[in-house]
Amino acid sequence: MYTDKVMEHFSSPRNVGEVEDANAVGTVGNPKCGDIMKMTMRISDDVITDVKFKTFGCGAAVATSSIATELVKGKSIKDALAVTNTAVVEALEGLPPAKIHCSVLAEEAIKAAIADYYKRRGIDPTPIVGCDADCPACHSRHAPD
Amino acid sequence: MLVYADHAATSPLCKEAFHAMQPWLTANGYGNASAMYKIALDAKCRLEDARAAVARALSVLPEEVYFTSGGTESDNWALKGAMELGELRGNRRHLITTAVEHPAVLRVAEWLAKRGCELTVLPVDTLGRVSPEQVAAAVRKDTALVSLIYANNEIGTILPIGDIFAAVKAKDPAVLCHTDAVQAVGHIPVSFSGVDLLTFSGHKFGGPKGTGALYIRKGIPFPAFMHGGGHERGRRSGTENIAGIAGLAAALQAAADNMERHMADTAALRDRLTAGVLAIPYCRMTGDTACRLPGHASFVFDAVEGETIVLGLDIEGVSASSGSACSSGTLDPSHVLLAIGLPHETAHGSLRLTIDASTGAEGVDYIISKLTSVVASRRAMSPLWDDTAGKPVERF
Repeated sequence: MYTDKVMEHFSSPRNVGEVEDANAVGTVGNPKCGDIMKMTMRISDDVITDVKFKTFGCGAAVATSSIATELVKGKSIKDALAVTNTAVVEALEGLPPAKIHCSVLAEEAIKAAIADYYKRRGIDPTPIVGCDADCPACHSRHAPD
Repeated sequence: MLVYADHAATSPLCKEAFHAMQPWLTANGYGNASAMYKIALDAKCRLEDARAAVARALSVLPEEVYFTSGGTESDNWALKGAMELGELRGNRRHLITTAVEHPAVLRVAEWLAKRGCELTVLPVDTLGRVSPEQVAAAVRKDTALVSLIYANNEIGTILPIGDIFAAVKAKDPAVLCHTDAVQAVGHIPVSFSGVDLLTFSGHKFGGPKGTGALYIRKGIPFPAFMHGGGHERGRRSGTENIAGIAGLAAALQAAADNMERHMADTAALRDRLTAGVLAIPYCRMTGDTACRLPGHASFVFDAVEGETIVLGLDIEGVSASSGSACSSGTLDPSHVLLAIGLPHETAHGSLRLTIDASTGAEGVDYIISKLTSVVASRRAMSPLWDDTAGKPVERF
């Protein structure tokens, strides 16, 4: 059901763990729905110099987190915010329809981490990041009951 | 090394079934059992021999065995037929079942409820059981059918079907009692006491896929399911799958002949497997530990998701399954695990290992070793796991 690319990222996920001196941390998802992604980043001069993830979830959740870290590592904040869930799916050479939500979660994890970076500096992230996946609407979407 | 640990999903074709099938797939084995010439009569004889063998293995009458395409068809027939009969017999429109049935029963029950049947879905205890008193108490004046799973496909719990159906019949002998015994037949001795209808499937005990049967107690004017040329004594039309039926019968016979030894060997291996898996921290077994299918071991693990374990095991050559949401294609984990009271977050970490005697001690030890490393490595990637402390994070 998964592409070779998904299985490759599932078997050998890139950038696993937590960045020690992280200044941007985003956690999205909900244990109740079985998917949680935690992305930690070190951002210097608007560039993501380091990024790592920890994910609880299915094979697709692990693979989307892994490839998302590859897609944003070394990128400017602007370029990282342009990484959409579609880009994540394409980079993995496709996901089964039931797993598309994992790619959405990966996009949200990137945005949540960057939003946290701005919040830590006292800047309202909403005009820059848009949805940071941390509002009641987002949480209700991820919680089935 | 390849270790198949998903026998509850399907079993490899046994050699007895293969040899029984072969002549009916080659040479002159193609005759239509309804015709009048030699090769057709041979096919008809083989069909009735198979029916007699199945009846012997189950200690029922040959005329009580109706061959079908498998468990799903038999369940559909049992439920739809019983509710049709209930209506004919005087407006009995009530159906009782449990929250831990296979979808082949639950989806049919829901479909019937949309068409005017009244449905009671009984809750189960933490081991997945209903009691005779509980089921009997749910029986009403208009109850047509009670349908209960004999042995649970996800958690292995065996229900005291004889006691439950006796309690139902004591309250109202006219209530029909059906059991989905797909996981039980060929694996444990099956009691037909109080049973009016019983579903089983060939490929769960070494027979071919696409074969199964519905047992219908003699004397019940049970309605036909497939209308057509009048096969299976007018109740289930369709040209008979002689090779498949011969394979099912041979597999069931072999299973019945070796059952006692096979059960003991399999249960010993299952206990070895369970002991090894439970040595992994923050893991527990699901289902009844005492009244349990011999080859069935099921667990939940904290802080690691089920599909991840299954995929990780597959990379190591171990085939297993999970009731996690991800394996069902929805956001909800298995209805069975939720019904036994597991919270969503725990039910997501489920794993089912179903083995048989052929798995062997070497296979079992291989599963334990690979599972231990897969769980450890995947937990190390989980935000719900504190790798330094070696336990789940206190509060996420």
